[in-house]
Amino acid sequence: MSVQETLIPKLGVVTDVRIDTPDVKTFRVNALDGGKVFDHMPGQCAMLSIPGVGEAMFSITSSPTNTEFMEFSIKKCGCLTNWLHQMEEGQQITIRGPYGNGFPVETEFKGKDMVFVAGGIGLAPLRSVINYVRDNRQNYGTVDIVYGSRSMEDLVDYKEIIDVWCKEEGINVYLTIDREQEGWDGHVGFVPNYVKELGFDTNKTVIICGPPIMIKFTLAGLIELGFDKTQVYTTMELKMKCGVGKCGRCNIGAKYVCKDGPVFRCDQLDEMPNEY
Amino acid sequence: MQEAMIKRAKELLTDGTVNRVLGWQKGGVAYDATPAVFDSAEALEQGFVYDDFTAANLSKYLVKETKNEGKVLVFLKPCDTYSLNQLTKEHRVNRDNVYVIGVGCDGKADVEKLRAQGMDGILGITAEGDNFVVETLYGNKTVAKADVLAERCVVCKSRKLMTYDEILGEDGEVIDSNRFDMVEQLENMTSDQRYAFWQNELSRCIRCNACRNVCPACTCEKCVFDNVNSGVANTAAADSFEEKLFHVIRAFHVAGRCTDCGECSRVCPQGIPLHLLNRKFIKDINELYGEYQAGEDTDSRGPLTNFTYDDCEPSIVHERGVE
Amino acid sequence: MKQIKLDSIQSLFKALSATRTLYLPVDTPAGADFKKYEDGVLWSGALNPNRSAKDFFFPQTENMVDFKVEGKTIEIIEPTRPDEDFVVFGVRACDARSFELLDKVFLCDPVDTYYQNRREHGVIVTVCCNKPAETCFCTNFGIDPTAPGGDVACWQDDDTLYLQANTKAGEALLNSVADVLAEADDSAADSVKETVKAIMAKLPIQNLDLSAFTEDNLLNLFGSEQWKKLSEACLGCGTCTFVCPTCQCYDIKDFDTGHGIKRFRCWDSCMYSEFTRCAHGNPRLSQVERFRQRFMHKLVYFPANNNGDFSCVGCGRCLAKCPISMNIVKVIKALGGANK
Repeated sequence: MSVQETLIPKLGVVTDVRIDTPDVKTFRVNALDGGKVFDHMPGQCAMLSIPGVGEAMFSITSSPTNTEFMEFSIKKCGCLTNWLHQMEEGQQITIRGPYGNGFPVETEFKGKDMVFVAGGIGLAPLRSVINYVRDNRQNYGTVDIVYGSRSMEDLVDYKEIIDVWCKEEGINVYLTIDREQEGWDGHVGFVPNYVKELGFDTNKTVIICGPPIMIKFTLAGLIELGFDKTQVYTTMELKMKCGVGKCGRCNIGAKYVCKDGPVFRCDQLDEMPNEY
Repeated sequence: MQEAMIKRAKELLTDGTVNRVLGWQKGGVAYDATPAVFDSAEALEQGFVYDDFTAANLSKYLVKETKNEGKVLVFLKPCDTYSLNQLTKEHRVNRDNVYVIGVGCDGKADVEKLRAQGMDGILGITAEGDNFVVETLYGNKTVAKADVLAERCVVCKSRKLMTYDEILGEDGEVIDSNRFDMVEQLENMTSDQRYAFWQNELSRCIRCNACRNVCPACTCEKCVFDNVNSGVANTAAADSFEEKLFHVIRAFHVAGRCTDCGECSRVCPQGIPLHLLNRKFIKDINELYGEYQAGEDTDSRGPLTNFTYDDCEPSIVHERGVE
Repeated sequence: MKQIKLDSIQSLFKALSATRTLYLPVDTPAGADFKKYEDGVLWSGALNPNRSAKDFFFPQTENMVDFKVEGKTIEIIEPTRPDEDFVVFGVRACDARSFELLDKVFLCDPVDTYYQNRREHGVIVTVCCNKPAETCFCTNFGIDPTAPGGDVACWQDDDTLYLQANTKAGEALLNSVADVLAEADDSAADSVKETVKAIMAKLPIQNLDLSAFTEDNLLNLFGSEQWKKLSEACLGCGTCTFVCPTCQCYDIKDFDTGHGIKRFRCWDSCMYSEFTRCAHGNPRLSQVERFRQRFMHKLVYFPANNNGDFSCVGCGRCLAKCPISMNIVKVIKALGGANK
């Protein structure tokens, strides 16, 4: 592989647009001749761009086990994402990747009981792992999913969660929203507190993704429960331009999030400066 | 002068008039002082320096400093006091939080001019009367101060302090300087010659933004060239046209507010005479709207933000465009 | 070793530029700059040009790819890559060393082919410094200006330039201009080297204590109280970054030319407020953090990823050019010894 192939993007085409929440849409992307633009591992990212508007890194939310297409769940929060949200089926975009290390699904996660903790759009990178684990069920133990957001409407992938994950044997889904809401009879409260309430078995492996403050408090709660930082993984996001550790802007200390991350084990974060 | 400044600063710190001092921290070589805040007598004694090379205009730091607790003492040269007045007028600096000691000034030296005179490997510079004795790796040399004055000091417009709470040294007079000579030379060129001149100068720009960041007139909270939503934000120009526009737009933006302190040209790592753009505006304003010197006071209306019946008509643009 | 009399050096430049483009430092009213050689252009005697020689391989702006956008469709147009063979003459040891450091970034997997392409087309001719400046501190990083490296190394005395090939490309270059060169004894440049070494011994910035800048000490240094004071007067401009021969951070931008979209990369500076700003915020909100990043990168992060090599070659440009005279030497002196 060379940068020539990665800095110069490939073309993809949007083949489906799903409205998830008021500010999140999930885009299905195919190569122009069908199929996927490239293969990836769970937790890896791709650079999407509309020429003239901008280019940015997004986690690939579909599982590698999906051989037909890639999906990206994107929250509207800036110039490029506003543009992306206006896309219709048939719109071409440029795409390059995959970037980053991904989750150690074939090594450290193998045979482990898994707990996934996500907040808001933080489900996007975890969905890839969750579906990868579901599709390779024999390789992993129990699966617990704790997912929360501000309100019912802000739960990304609600349909898949209810229709697929909740119905699957060996998967426990715990949903929560920040405040009481009409039509919601599930749990109410913040994710970190909910995780503590649920009090998971301390030999499980935990993956957290969400707003930095949620990650921070969830991690603190897990430590209180008796978890070791070596059992907890998270995935980071910083401004990126090249995706291959050369443009110099996504570093945390000596590590580049685009290349050495975005997935870090929480004990590794302790050795890095607190600048993220 | 340095000793008198330290002494007075210590007194003002001790009697509680101010709680910190904005000045210059001694560097490693003779000419590399760094603007710094001193908060104790010990710090002043250890590091405060004032000499022929402490050229930085400290007034812009007051934008940040006057937001902090307590009063700050600042040493300003005459040209810096114009900047402070202008910043006060624009409500960028809270004058009540500043104690200004105006320092008489007879010009600062430019180390690049020393180098241009063949003084390589400068190890030390000692002022002796009207001369500098320069110790270099290649022997000692003597040079007249007058021959290594910074350009802005050669054509100094005023040695008069515009605002101060007290004065150290001698206050001077406004000078009838020849600072517009080079502008006139440019005006006398044909448009092709002038274009070639600026093409050559601005092509060297590396868009380091030093001119903008040091400029006391550039105090926008967020510069349009940094604002990704502006559509013109750029870390480098995409083409040579854009590159020139950066400087032209900046010159327009500070027109009528630029005091001609000359910091832009002092800091340019590429030696581009950026002050000439601003001086052209100043000269034009003088000719079209009447004599005006930004920073002379804190309450007059700026020539470009004020309407009078004597203002020139828009047709002036066409008339002046005819060669 | 070869030689040529300085009074006939134009014949060397003519010969070098006959088959390829020759760039060399040329005096301008605002200091020296690398310029293309044409008949009559004189080689500058200046120690170093304002801008480093990194421009030749990592230009300030560089076109990466073009796009044509029509309705919902996009066409990707790969740019033609420059294929001009060129020689850069008059590079000093510090800048020559910077290419090795840039190579570590751009030529490690995945290779940056834009940079690689330019590297493959360029031949470097270095010249030993005759008059080191007080801002020089290359020796602190193990650089020997009397062995300036590059494809061909040169030494200059009062009337003669001595040339020695270091690489195959250098040998080929010297062979191609053999007509204008004379043979010289291998020890011909020794007295020049001795003279320069004697000057180097007198430089004011020597024996900087770099021992504290280790990966083990990363968090200590990062948390140092001193960054606040050191960065206090920093203007947040990009001067140090852009004159630095080893700074290589870049931005990627799109530009609408009116005929399509040009995607280019350009130098960027970690000193800029927008460098790390993204949709969810900015991890470096104040100049203290940006300032710290630049020096931590050069003195700790880069070495941690590159076998302990510091990302500084001691060329002294930042010392001469920083508007507020804050620089890496002052940072090293403040943090080097104290935090061990």
